[in-house]
Amino acid sequence: MMQDFTQWLQQPGLSHFLIVSGLLFSFGMFAVLTRRNAIMVLMGIELILNSANINFLAFSRYTTGTLDGHLVAIFVIILAAAEAAIALAIVLNIYQNFNTVNVDELNHLRD
Amino acid sequence: MDLYAVVFYAFAFITLAAGAIVVFSRNIVHAAFALLFAFFGVAGLYVLLMADFLAITQLLIYVGGILVLVLFGVMLTSNTIDVQMKTSTIQTFPAVLIVAALAGTLIGIFWSTDWKTTTDPPIQATAPKIGEMMLTSYLLPFEIASVVLLVALVGAAMIARREKKA
Repeated sequence: MMQDFTQWLQQPGLSHFLIVSGLLFSFGMFAVLTRRNAIMVLMGIELILNSANINFLAFSRYTTGTLDGHLVAIFVIILAAAEAAIALAIVLNIYQNFNTVNVDELNHLRD
Repeated sequence: MDLYAVVFYAFAFITLAAGAIVVFSRNIVHAAFALLFAFFGVAGLYVLLMADFLAITQLLIYVGGILVLVLFGVMLTSNTIDVQMKTSTIQTFPAVLIVAALAGTLIGIFWSTDWKTTTDPPIQATAPKIGEMMLTSYLLPFEIASVVLLVALVGAAMIARREKKA
């Protein structure tokens, strides 16, 4: 058992990348759930998208032998860029109107 | 332990340590700069997965674009005069429970599944292949992505514009 584990540790393969991405996903989810600042929530979402991309590339490298995972990862990056631009524009607008970006204080639909 | 394993653990450590700083740091500027190292570590993992084009794209778009955007957001929405860069957390205990259950489930699945891996050698230069696929089998998503980017940029400029009080 111990022997297996040390041997597993010495040869990084598919499951190593998947576990790193799983931990990164958990960190991002924790930031989304607990942070009050909207920009910190956005940073958590970026971590989640990065962990998903690691998964796509790991499966593309270790199971399919094609580049479809790379293409999906490119589209994820494109959408992440669009999402960050829109979300930060909305956050800036909220800050001008309410003078705060804490998500738990933004409970009005009109000011 | 060969060089590949050493480099993998180095980049995995950089990614996860920086990710932990992003999540647990009280200072939002520290979190934003830790995000830089997290993106950098992920780019290193992409290189280890033989995704050279994706690694460069990650550095250009995430580190050069999204991170700068996030930093602008931090600077523009913090009361810098009061030095109120600290951010607090809410509902920490239930979140810890949920995230621990989530992480345990994910890692348990990743660990215990017997993945069918290929023994084919990885594709060496990915950029020409990616370009070819983008203009053949992925042409429609490619065009839609370009329209989405245009709409998103125009929309972001419209939303963020400071409106004149009439």
